[in-house]
Amino acid sequence: MSKLYHSSQSDVDSVRPGEAIKTDKLVVNMGPQHPSTHGVLRVILTVDGEWVVAAEPEVGYLHRGFEKLAEMRAYEQTIFLSDRWDYLSSMSNNLAMSLAIETLLEIQAPEKAQWIRMLVAELQRIASHLVFIAAYGLDMGAMTPFFYCFREREKIVWLFEMLCGARLTYHYVRIGGVAADLPEGFIEALEATIPQLKRGFDEIDELLLYNPIFIERTRGIGIIDPQLAVNYGLSGPMIRASGIPYDVRRCHPYLFYDAVEWDVVVHDACDCWARVWVRSQEMRQSLRIVEQVVERLKGMPSGNVSAKVPKPIRPKKGDCYVAIESPRGELGIYIVSDGSQKPYRVKIRGPSFVNLSIAQRVLPGAKIADLVAILGSFDLVMGEVDR
Amino acid sequence: MYGFSLSSFCERFLKWTKLPTDLLVGVIVAVFIFFFMTFVVLALVYLFRKFVGFVQVRLGPRYVGPRGLLQTVCDALKLLAKEDIMPENADKGVFIAAPLIVFLPAYLVYIVIPFGHPSHFQPKDLNLGILYVLAITSITVIGIVSAGWASGSKWATIGGMRSAAQLISYEVPMSLSVIVPVLVSGSLSMKEIAQAQGDRFWHWNFFNLNYFGLTFPAFIIYMICALAETNQIPFDLPEAESELVAGYNVEYSGMRFAFFFLAEFSNLFVVCAIATTLFLGGWHAPFPFLPSEGLWSVLWFMLKTWTLTFVALWIRATYPRVRIDQLMEFAWKRLFLVALIDVAVVSLIAATS
Repeated sequence: MSKLYHSSQSDVDSVRPGEAIKTDKLVVNMGPQHPSTHGVLRVILTVDGEWVVAAEPEVGYLHRGFEKLAEMRAYEQTIFLSDRWDYLSSMSNNLAMSLAIETLLEIQAPEKAQWIRMLVAELQRIASHLVFIAAYGLDMGAMTPFFYCFREREKIVWLFEMLCGARLTYHYVRIGGVAADLPEGFIEALEATIPQLKRGFDEIDELLLYNPIFIERTRGIGIIDPQLAVNYGLSGPMIRASGIPYDVRRCHPYLFYDAVEWDVVVHDACDCWARVWVRSQEMRQSLRIVEQVVERLKGMPSGNVSAKVPKPIRPKKGDCYVAIESPRGELGIYIVSDGSQKPYRVKIRGPSFVNLSIAQRVLPGAKIADLVAILGSFDLVMGEVDR
Repeated sequence: MYGFSLSSFCERFLKWTKLPTDLLVGVIVAVFIFFFMTFVVLALVYLFRKFVGFVQVRLGPRYVGPRGLLQTVCDALKLLAKEDIMPENADKGVFIAAPLIVFLPAYLVYIVIPFGHPSHFQPKDLNLGILYVLAITSITVIGIVSAGWASGSKWATIGGMRSAAQLISYEVPMSLSVIVPVLVSGSLSMKEIAQAQGDRFWHWNFFNLNYFGLTFPAFIIYMICALAETNQIPFDLPEAESELVAGYNVEYSGMRFAFFFLAEFSNLFVVCAIATTLFLGGWHAPFPFLPSEGLWSVLWFMLKTWTLTFVALWIRATYPRVRIDQLMEFAWKRLFLVALIDVAVVSLIAATS
């Protein structure tokens, strides 16, 4: 223990009346094995008592080399890799990758496939935000909301299971469309789920979001002012909670997002509570989109969910950048094609990674307890940060 | 008839063995208390898991024994059988002593609590009963701090420091709130405080009509402080899992961890038992026409205590955790103030009536 606490007589003597007592700083490793780093994030903390003096996030513990792996595979084989970047929103990843390759190939998915893509992307957003709220509650020491959130998420996972048979890595959205048409009974099951989800959201809000202790804990901490948010290139709920209405779905519409009615959720408190609130409201907006998509899908004949895709896939020389709004923010894919069957270079612009970059700026000055609250509100998925 | 009487059994046993009376009674009571404590903790952990499971839309333990009743017993056995790990840079002596220092007060408090009518169900009535309780329970903090310190882990040390600040701060409003029933009944003895409340629930200290219900704030303050003293959510900062991994007991495993665990749950039960004695009329029935002698008194006492315990578990299942500075602010700026005013007002009424 003497290594941790140096104090000698001279230290004590050097304190004069009216002068602050000299204390030593403590360097603590938070992670990679710590219950609230959401995976394997390591933060090297310098703490002064309960205060954080410096925080340095260290990433890379979950690096699996997806960008390099994609360069060694045919285009159609890169989709399944995308399932595993951000394992809480596989559908969105599939969608981003498919859209990027389709842009290179200059093809477009049939109308029905595009509606289905929107449907699954929005359901995925709800599922992902539910996991966020669950884990955030756990960070705050509230155990019960976790189970309520997972109960609601389970309903969406069941729907996805109906669609593609998988519960986590779906591989459902593919180049040219989706893997299969909606199965029989899917629309009915979805329509039965929607009111249940609405009830669930209200329940979770009541239990966690508007809990006085929770508000006390998250109000006014981890403040990211709008200018800072823009400078650091934040996106998704992070930037919208800082008062900037940036949403890829609205600013650069893809699929049919301009054909449905929904609002961009913005809060200008810039703190952790705002970030949770934004996500909680976004789930409701997503459900609004889902309801409209269901109405459209009902009138469509079955079949025709995939465009004609050339085989083998051999895009022209060139490059493209396609961005979508994943649950965590702007998920961009940059692909360079050299005209062969394999991409020459794939670069993933992961929202979690960019959002994490602000940690070093925001964390110093916080308390240890707040540190967990602030880091948790970023909604990091380490699989996508480390890739 | 009371069903059974420990003292008459002891008398007969003593006549037969010709041992000094006090020693034998002491040993029997000590052993009995230990088993009672273990039973309480096992039952409490089982109920806790079932109840929290119910709140959290899941089932809780169900496989070991009928309805999972033996689950906690198996967990206890597992802890006993586990390897006892001591960190390399731990302070060995303190590391070993700390769990015992935490466990011992939790055990000793049982001595003064009247679990039923004091003639049969209170191990020993001290005339300074409540003072003894406060004195003994405040030892716990030494154990927790030394556990955190001796582990040689930084997270554990931070947990230990936090709990030192927390437990000492909450002792103050707790002691103040305890003064109120003492003033009302004019005695420090647990037995007499409970006796003074009688078998009419509107004369109990949680809402004493003779004092215009002004004893109610003291009851609430006592319960809040009790939650803080036993490290329950929303005041479980010393062992905040998501912040400090597990706080002061992170390096403990096996038997030593079991002691912490035992002490924690036992303390939860004990603070509720004390609240029952001080504020809810102890072993008395709520109405004079209801029976409250013999085993009935135990029933009433247990009913009240377990109800309070359930409220604590309910809070634990529902709320998030407060932050350390909010915790301290709450203790010193709000609870302390309210408790002080309450004591002043109640003592005024007590002096004038």
